[in-house]
Amino acid sequence: MNPEPRTMFEKVWDRHRVLEREDGQTLLYVDRHLLHDGTAPAFEMLKARGQKMRAPGRTFATPDHYMPTDTRIAAEIPDPALREMVLSLERNAAAEGFALYGLDDPRQGIVHVVGPELGLSQPGMIIVCGDSHTSTHGALGALAFGIGMTEVAHVLATQCLWQRKPKTMRIAIEGALGAGVTAKDVILHVIATIGTAGATGHVIEYAGSAVRGLSMEGRLTLCNMTIEAGARAGMVAPDETTFAFLEGRENVPTGAAWDAAVARWRSLASDPGAVFDRFVELDAATIAPTVTWGTSPQEAVAVDSRVPDPAAAPSPGRRAEMEEMLAYMGLSPGQLLAEVAVDRVFIGSCTNGRIEDLRAAAGVARGRQVAEGVTAWVVPGSAQVKRQAEAEGLDRIFREAGFAWREAGCSMCLGTNGEIGRPGERIASTSNRNFRGRQGPGVRTHLMNPAMAAAAAVTGRITDVRRLMEAG
Amino acid sequence: MMEPFPRLRSVAVPFARDNIDTDQILPARFLHLARDADHGACLFRDLRYHADGSEVEDFPLNRPAWRAGRIALGGENFACGSSRENAVWAMHGHGFRAVIAPSFGDIFAQNGLKNGLLPVRLPAETVAMMIAQAEAMPEGEVTVDLEAQTVTAADGTIHPFEVDPFARKCLLEGIDEMSFTLSHHEDIAAFERRLGRENF
Ligand code: SF4
Repeated sequence: MNPEPRTMFEKVWDRHRVLEREDGQTLLYVDRHLLHDGTAPAFEMLKARGQKMRAPGRTFATPDHYMPTDTRIAAEIPDPALREMVLSLERNAAAEGFALYGLDDPRQGIVHVVGPELGLSQPGMIIVCGDSHTSTHGALGALAFGIGMTEVAHVLATQCLWQRKPKTMRIAIEGALGAGVTAKDVILHVIATIGTAGATGHVIEYAGSAVRGLSMEGRLTLCNMTIEAGARAGMVAPDETTFAFLEGRENVPTGAAWDAAVARWRSLASDPGAVFDRFVELDAATIAPTVTWGTSPQEAVAVDSRVPDPAAAPSPGRRAEMEEMLAYMGLSPGQLLAEVAVDRVFIGSCTNGRIEDLRAAAGVARGRQVAEGVTAWVVPGSAQVKRQAEAEGLDRIFREAGFAWREAGCSMCLGTNGEIGRPGERIASTSNRNFRGRQGPGVRTHLMNPAMAAAAAVTGRITDVRRLMEAG
Repeated sequence: MMEPFPRLRSVAVPFARDNIDTDQILPARFLHLARDADHGACLFRDLRYHADGSEVEDFPLNRPAWRAGRIALGGENFACGSSRENAVWAMHGHGFRAVIAPSFGDIFAQNGLKNGLLPVRLPAETVAMMIAQAEAMPEGEVTVDLEAQTVTAADGTIHPFEVDPFARKCLLEGIDEMSFTLSHHEDIAAFERRLGRENF
């Protein structure tokens, strides 16, 4: 008799079960634990119990959240509290013996850019990190999710984590994406469709021809913002795109071990007939370049539409919520989004700070100038992305157009390194969250893809990038 | 390591919006604070205070009746967004021990259980009713009884809730999960030996 067909998620889950608890929670073994410079409290918790790390060899760290992106010298961080975050990671790495890609290491970067880039993130693994966008690594067919600080301490001490088995959801996106439509637009569209709580308690598997057709970078963007749909994790079945991306990377097996790994990874895809708890199907052709107008990632619409009218809201509660968002965002109902002027542009983050993103933005910036009065930054997702971009001459294109070319880090995605906007400023941003105050108190964020952000920089307003593409 | 979870009786402080995100509960610029810092003072900082530091008068935490509240009421998808455990520390640091809402951001709910902040899921109509009661009668007290797994609303109606039995035991007895897992050291070691052989 054939075994029950299983989803990819179930295969990975089953393979990592250490034991079950009477209440139905499962102790899972963690293959890779990624750390960043916000992890100090977890080490305090460990120390308070006199506990050492169980598996430093499975732990990899890099500073990204607190390091300003105009210097690589920790001693130059002006705020002592922020400096201490970066330095404490160095001290903990030295004391516990885990790998650290520090500020002077050519492998430093945003933890979710670095993991795939170094081949640390591989199909079939369980990967955790004390950061919600750990879902990014699921693009390689791993089960990857963000955890809280107490859980980080638990993984440091035991290399395991208790989890209740989530439900599964399959989102199939079929058909071809239109010109100028990227993975960022796909995921914004998914979130706008199912809502920020649409996948709560679920692990999403993305499938369908539009997903298969995405590059690895695109899949990483897609899985990255899965958390914004409420899901624990997002996954894409490994295929030739995945293997081509991984082959030859630093931490990936070689020779016969590579062949064996690929054979194992091929078997991870969901079996035909595997049952998902929920199923959503979307038509790729209906997705336009998408931009947010409100203060939640679900408030996203096609760039050529108008700001929605609260008067048309389905309920009084929703109406009040929309009015509050429009007041914060300084927008009026019915206004064309593509007329809204921006003050700043941020191209970067673990959502859109990879090489392909910078190429797309540079394609728009080439031969153009950042509009008068607009401050535009490009912050590569990692030191490696930065070098690659420089080798391709992208930095020159950006600089000549008037963009600032910065060092790798999270920067204005979260602003914990002090890089934030001023109250009232409007930012076209390639990051992942547009909550009130996310990029600084009173700052208004519009999420969009990198080419659109570059288009906003050169026109000074939110712009349908397809117009610029036609103009050539 | 945790204090045992008390039987709670307190006014209920309503945060009557859906999708309140953890960036509001604890703004990112306080994320570097040490675990033992006063996170409670930063709770809802930008909604609770004007830029000049004065209080926003009608924000729930500033209403006289609700200042010492230990039970919060929230809307759908309460504390969604960032995984920052600091959001739980801020709620706990301010004095909250339970949040009653129709649904929670996943990671926040898990973080809460590990830090003595009980997430209580009740049907949306029940929470809406409790929010209406709190607004009509700010001094009305609510009871959260973890032992019995019930909430007694200000009007005396009783509402049962579900909670993970293991988390409940840990909360009631003040045990933490790490000690429990460490006692299974042998199982983990056996798994690691198998993992080595399977080479994955
Ligand atoms: S880039 Fe933004 S979302 Fe990504 S890890 Fe850094 S702060 Fe988090």
